[in-house]
Amino acid sequence: MGRILYAYLYAASICLIVLSTTAQASSINTSSGFNMPPGVTEISREVYSLHMTILWICVAIAVVVFGVMFYSLIVYRKSKGAKPAHFHENTTVEIIWTAVPLVILVLMAVPATATLKKMYDTSDAELDVLVTGYQWRWRYEYLEEDVSFFSNLATPREQIYEAEEKGDFYLVEVDEPMVVPTGVKVRLLLTANDVIHSWWVPDLAVKKDAIPGFINETWFKVDEPGIYRGQCAELCGRDHAFMPIEVKAVSPDEYQLWLASRREAAEAEVAGADREWSLDELMERGAGTYNTYCAACHQPQGQGLPPMFPALAGVGMSVDPDGLRAHKEIVLYGKTGTAMPAFGSTLSAAELAAVITYERNAWGNDTGDLIQPSAIRAMLESQ
Amino acid sequence: MASETSQATLHSSVSDVAAGGAAHASHGPTGLLRWLVTTNHKEIGSLYLIFSLVMLFIGGSMALVIRAELFQPGMQYVQPEFFNQMTTMHGLIMVFGAIMPAFVGLANWMIPMQIGAPDMALPRLNNFSFWLLPVAFGILLSTLFMEGGGPNFGWTFYAPLSTTFAPPSTSFFIMSIHLAGISSILGAINIIATILNLRTPGMRLMDMSLFVWTWLITAFLLIAVMPVLAGVVTMMLMDINFGTSFFDAAGGGDPVLFQHLFWFFGHPEVYIMILPAFGIVSLIVPTFARKRLFGYASMVYATASIALLSFVVWAHHMFTVGLPLTAELFFMYSTMLIAVPTGVKVFNWIATLFRGSITFEVPMLFALGFIVMFTIGGLSGVMLAIVPADFQYHDTYFVVAHFHYVLVPGALFAIMAAVYFWLPKWTGHYASETLGKWHFWLSVIGVNLTFFPMHFSGLAGMPRRIPDYALQFADFNMISSIGGFLFGFSQLIFVWVVIKAVRGGRKAPAKAWEGAEGLEWTVPSPAPLHTFDTPPAYDPQTDSPSRH
Ligand code: HEM
Ligand SMILES: [Cu+2]
Ligand SMILES: [Cu+2]
Repeated sequence: MGRILYAYLYAASICLIVLSTTAQASSINTSSGFNMPPGVTEISREVYSLHMTILWICVAIAVVVFGVMFYSLIVYRKSKGAKPAHFHENTTVEIIWTAVPLVILVLMAVPATATLKKMYDTSDAELDVLVTGYQWRWRYEYLEEDVSFFSNLATPREQIYEAEEKGDFYLVEVDEPMVVPTGVKVRLLLTANDVIHSWWVPDLAVKKDAIPGFINETWFKVDEPGIYRGQCAELCGRDHAFMPIEVKAVSPDEYQLWLASRREAAEAEVAGADREWSLDELMERGAGTYNTYCAACHQPQGQGLPPMFPALAGVGMSVDPDGLRAHKEIVLYGKTGTAMPAFGSTLSAAELAAVITYERNAWGNDTGDLIQPSAIRAMLESQ
Repeated sequence: MASETSQATLHSSVSDVAAGGAAHASHGPTGLLRWLVTTNHKEIGSLYLIFSLVMLFIGGSMALVIRAELFQPGMQYVQPEFFNQMTTMHGLIMVFGAIMPAFVGLANWMIPMQIGAPDMALPRLNNFSFWLLPVAFGILLSTLFMEGGGPNFGWTFYAPLSTTFAPPSTSFFIMSIHLAGISSILGAINIIATILNLRTPGMRLMDMSLFVWTWLITAFLLIAVMPVLAGVVTMMLMDINFGTSFFDAAGGGDPVLFQHLFWFFGHPEVYIMILPAFGIVSLIVPTFARKRLFGYASMVYATASIALLSFVVWAHHMFTVGLPLTAELFFMYSTMLIAVPTGVKVFNWIATLFRGSITFEVPMLFALGFIVMFTIGGLSGVMLAIVPADFQYHDTYFVVAHFHYVLVPGALFAIMAAVYFWLPKWTGHYASETLGKWHFWLSVIGVNLTFFPMHFSGLAGMPRRIPDYALQFADFNMISSIGGFLFGFSQLIFVWVVIKAVRGGRKAPAKAWEGAEGLEWTVPSPAPLHTFDTPPAYDPQTDSPSRH
């Protein structure tokens, strides 16, 4: 009997040692390293305290239940001469141990209901952001601001495949964070372009599914400036682990500056379609676009992952001299019933022209085709 | 209500079929063919148990692939697409191939012996139910070698990841789910028919052992929900191959409908995997506490209420899909409610231990391990029911910790306990106590090292079903991986124990355990191929577990 106790104590102490060591590890959120992060919003703190309340209630129940159990196991051992008693029911205790848990549950349900109601109240939001999940990136569209962009994993492949030292924010860093002003109630409208994703930032206590064809709502309000990191929480295919979220909360003034700079960048991007591009320029730009948006499926060397994701190097429309039209169409309009999204509405004409040029000339495809952004723009406008 | 004479007639006709139609001495084909055509409940029970053990090791190896990749951050051994196939296949194989068939195997062996029946009511159907399984899992495993790989969308196979965006092998996956589902339904029909018709005269429902009771209720759950699963995979099949749009919003369908249907099956399914375990523990604890089970009737009612409630809690798996507030509240309250009858069971076991005369043979160790660790899983279940907190727990390793506590040291430990408990009856030999204790303690340490740290990594923010993770989660993952390998390799001891007991060992008498009760302990050990050709005498006044 002593051995049972000993083993449990042993297991418990291992856990404690682990706790004390990890507590020092660098943290990607406000978590102590082994507990739920208290977070940075009123709601997240409320959720945290709800969690701690139910956790301690559960611990208390466990202590009582296991206490009685281990007491019985130690005291009523046959080897110590215990003789079995003969009772086998007792209505009073049975009523008590049905009623007491019920009361405890009601006590948990009351604050949970109150918090949930607040979390569901999306009224009076001052800023609406449409969040769209893609395989495997997020897109943010500031509805009243005419600003929209993709947010991609920024961790280099080399770090993932052990060729480079991993950075502090390995797998939880993006190229373009979602920027929000502090002190403002932000409403998120969530949807998805392909499969179901789930937008989760622990420090905001927000997790909501992004479902193709439907729009979900949720909200948060951050008081402190800072960077809050999260990840997609719903299995969405191959690179589900590689579509992080970064929310950067800044002062309202800084936020206005950021909006202005985003608009400026967008205008420059549009203006880029007016001029003639050289093959080298297109290839360079195209390589970047390809690696960010296409390589996850079609692979960095264009070899694809058949049969789900076709190869582009050396086969098909990418090398077919008559395939240019089809090539442009599939990139711009996507292919329904497959994972190939329509990039026409989300990438700029310059990016589209560059990536198509790149695909037709990289990896020995060498078709010599050079696609000008102005041609893509004409194609999009004619739609 | 079948009269006693018609019960006796059924009795003898079943024993005739079970004996191959001939007089009991001759046994038709021999060698391998005999196993293919056997209609004997004990042989079919063994087939189920062996099949389940094989699946446990196949599913377990996949778990070790997962744990090896997660040992450190970064991608070392496998590619993400293969990793996803491993998590998916691991879940499917453990649920449908290991845990469920093991319980059906135990039901086959023990239900007829516990109710004084000569065999299952439908022996030929019984044979068919079993042989569907190797076919189903043969097909499922073969998908790993098909172009594009096997299922990679999680054991919950949410659409449209499992339809529009799924690998071509998905139609084979659907086929295998259908076959496994038919097997379960037929098995359940057989169990209900057996229990309701073949009890020895004098044994009322409230005289049945709790293992029989929990299985009776489980069988009704199976018949109620397996057709829903069959329906949902058929809708997937149509979406993939015949242009329908049940789950495709672009065609007017709804991906969330998939989840409602899946979890309407899925939540009762988790109780299908635990109710028979409750029954097993309810037999073993009184045996080794040498004291009658506390609250027999309340155990039966608690089982029935858990089963009923399990139909109205399904959306607790879907708190983040954007249900309306009232629905969230309803499913939160109903889920919390299900903890009450679950608690009653735990309290009854502990009240049985209280003032008993306890010894710690291996079956008892596993049963006690079950009570402690299942309770840990039940408590985290209560936490998961609290919607605002669940927003933070959902789809993280906290959920993984929860369901592994209820399924591994829960369901699986109960199965192990049952094997150690009944091995003397099956083989005529006791399992080695020393090896059994090694098996138990290494499993306990392994299972806790694997799954306890997952509570922490989940709370700190690690999503489930990812092949690579942020550096913050590195330590806990390393511990989980070490624990996983320890647990996995410890199960080899179990195989060795079983083989040893089949080949020899300390001889067991008919009543193998001092405190054991029930008809199975009145037949010799090992139990002869045919038992209770004539219904045994039964007097509820002295034999019933609910006697006063
Ligand atoms: C007190 C009883 C229990 C309660 C209140 C409870 C509650 C819950 C809740 C709320 C979830 C959803 C968590 C989430 O995804 O966010 C969950 C998941 C789960 N539970 Fe339980 N549970 C209980 C007992 C059990 C038992 C007995 C089993 C099985 C033997 C079980 C198996 C599972 C499984 C397999 C999942 C996860 C399924 C998945 O997403 O892959 N639970 N439980
Ligand atoms: Cu995802
Ligand atoms: Cu459930």
